[in-house]
Amino acid sequence: MQRIGVFVCHCGTNIAATVDVKAVAEALSHESGVVISQEYQYMCSEAGQNLIKDAIKEHKLTGVVVCSCSPRMHENTFRKAAASAGLNPYLVEIANIREQCSWIHKEIATATEKAVILGRAAIAKVHLNAPLIAGESPVAKRALVIGGGIAGIQTALDIAEAGFDVDIVEKEPTIGGKMAQIDKTFPTLDCASCILTPKMVDCSQNEKIHIHSYSEVSAVKGFVGNFTVTIKKKARFIDETKCTGCGICTEVCPMKKVPNAFNMGLDNRTAVYIPFAQAVPKVATIDANYCLKLRGGTIKEKVCGKCAEACTAGAINYKQQDEFIEQTYGAIVVATGYNPIKLDKFDEFAYNQCPDVVTSLELERLMNAAGPNGGTLLRPSDKTHPHKIVFVQCVGSRCDDSKGKPYCSKICCMYTAKHAMLIREKYPDTEVYVFYIDVRTPGKNFDEFYRRAVEQYNVHYIKGMVGKVTPKADGKIDVQASDLLSNEQLHIDADLVVLATAIEPDQTARPLATILTTQMDTNDFFTESHPKLRPVESATAGIFLSGVCQGPKDIPETVAQASAAAAKAIGLLVKNSITCNPCVAHSNELMCNGCSACEKVCPYGAITYQDKEFRMPDRTTAIRRVAGVNPAVCQGCGACTVACPSGAMDLNGFSNSQIMAEVDAICK
Amino acid sequence: MNSNLKEQVLRSSGVNVLKCMRCGKCSGTCPSYDEMEYHPHQFVYMVEKGDIETLMKSESIYKCLTCFACVDRCPRSVEPAKVVEAVRLATIRQQGCNHLIADSIPEMLDEDLPQQAIVTAFRKYTK
Repeated sequence: MQRIGVFVCHCGTNIAATVDVKAVAEALSHESGVVISQEYQYMCSEAGQNLIKDAIKEHKLTGVVVCSCSPRMHENTFRKAAASAGLNPYLVEIANIREQCSWIHKEIATATEKAVILGRAAIAKVHLNAPLIAGESPVAKRALVIGGGIAGIQTALDIAEAGFDVDIVEKEPTIGGKMAQIDKTFPTLDCASCILTPKMVDCSQNEKIHIHSYSEVSAVKGFVGNFTVTIKKKARFIDETKCTGCGICTEVCPMKKVPNAFNMGLDNRTAVYIPFAQAVPKVATIDANYCLKLRGGTIKEKVCGKCAEACTAGAINYKQQDEFIEQTYGAIVVATGYNPIKLDKFDEFAYNQCPDVVTSLELERLMNAAGPNGGTLLRPSDKTHPHKIVFVQCVGSRCDDSKGKPYCSKICCMYTAKHAMLIREKYPDTEVYVFYIDVRTPGKNFDEFYRRAVEQYNVHYIKGMVGKVTPKADGKIDVQASDLLSNEQLHIDADLVVLATAIEPDQTARPLATILTTQMDTNDFFTESHPKLRPVESATAGIFLSGVCQGPKDIPETVAQASAAAAKAIGLLVKNSITCNPCVAHSNELMCNGCSACEKVCPYGAITYQDKEFRMPDRTTAIRRVAGVNPAVCQGCGACTVACPSGAMDLNGFSNSQIMAEVDAICK
Repeated sequence: MNSNLKEQVLRSSGVNVLKCMRCGKCSGTCPSYDEMEYHPHQFVYMVEKGDIETLMKSESIYKCLTCFACVDRCPRSVEPAKVVEAVRLATIRQQGCNHLIADSIPEMLDEDLPQQAIVTAFRKYTK
């Protein structure tokens, strides 16, 4: 006979305000098997937990039902309490009477009735609970970081510092990411590459860090502590081990008209290229879309081979193929970063018509010493000095879903203040206008920075938005905008217009989320496990989030989150083994008909089939094909139990009979 | 504040003025801006406040070309031109007024009338 204890929590007034907790405890005390039914103000408090522990000992309970908040919140708390009182933790069930009852109902009578029904269902289930013992699985002592921008670099350095091997997978030929393209950083105006490149060099020199540049993650199998990842090393047609990064190939390459992605297409590079001087690894890459020899074309072109002739190291290999590497990791950190959005939907800003309308990231390159103009700010169209510059904020940010991005991109107010200030500092004869909706500067020394732009550098901040940008025949650009404070419409004859373009997650993020079975929001930002308390962990165990892939961030926030993600990954890697979830599937071999339905739906590859000999009537034997579950790989999602047509698959802790008992109790 | 009028304008325009984030792009884009006493962003804000009668008395409701530039470019899809149109309708629908005699329309036709206005008339009256 079961001896069940029921504990109803008030959760302060969270539950007690809409649910008559005393009535619930009283009603549930009459259920079969219930020997004690109590209510208490805060069950999760130490006193509340002691109440449960004492009752387990005193009444020799064989099962516990806690009517409280969501099991996501405190199931673990109550399981631990039960375990310390000598009860198997899997004999504890939670009836969620907060999120699924008191918070969503207004009437006390109906909410109380529902709370009783939910409690009754949990009691019906706990009658069928069996004690479960969690197994253990080993942890591979190696981490994978996907993305080699500042987020990935910082995470990798921190994990390596703790003594674990880390692999960085970067899709571009070099690590560095967006920060390598930025000229100066706010609010200190440090040179971005001066603070970034030493970290890049640290990565390449650290023997624990292994950089797979020009590579992508193509498949991920396994689970926390034991991910098997397939990395595709794209053919760069250069032997990385031989290339010295001397750059002679780039000098002899005859194909010189390739838009230079590093400089945002503002100048050209050769088909064989090293993205920038401080690239890590400092290895050339041949762009097969432009290389005369690889792309094909006329016979004369096909025989090009100039780079191979010039290369003294013999590193060039036109026959190189994509290579696939398989490696096992304990933890994975996602750091896929962002891109500015495309401006095709914003014709009013004339971005696609006029070369002198640029995005802010393009302006970074225009002002950078390694940029197309060697650091002198010149208009892209006629290479003259712009004397009147208009900045437009919130281009594509804070929009209706149909127009752009609904979120604030967070960094634009600050980098626009930075651009305006740097231009006024370097070219005092330039007039700078900034059109803003709101200036958002939360952050240490941020508002002071913006005020400096206004007060010290006399940047004209105008509250209003640009409505239309029209390139004129004389090379000027007519900017039509509203000045809301003086209630007038302005026309400014600008030389250069800079659009503070919204940022969005990199387009590789969504396919990666599918590969990793992690969650994303509607904007393709990865979803953290808890928005406040678990901000760097994804909902999938062993997968952590670093940088803008989780939400818009500036560099210090990205670095902070990168280190936090590293700390979480290290916390996992230091363990020799991790406790497995015992709520895994198992197969009843006598009922299994060998149809493979479960094997096909299993997302973790935990189910395998084997031929087994079975005793049949009349002392005969028969060989039958039956399913078996690897409990170390199974994550307990339950897909197989639904797919199985013969009812052979069942889930520990959530068996078909337990769920039916709950349904019966609710429908009684 | 006349809450009936506000409700009428909101219903006939189908616009949720609360979506406005006060960026002023509608007024930044408006080709009739200088002709108007009250500008597109003010229409949206004054309707939100319920100050409809002031707008109804203003010439501004006849200066809007209904070119829909503000509707096209509003980042929050507020559709200010529809608000202006709704205020204009509220004026026309006032009881006891006789705004136009059908027979007098041909005399009023102006050869210099901008094509935009004619297109607008079609857009307005052919729904």
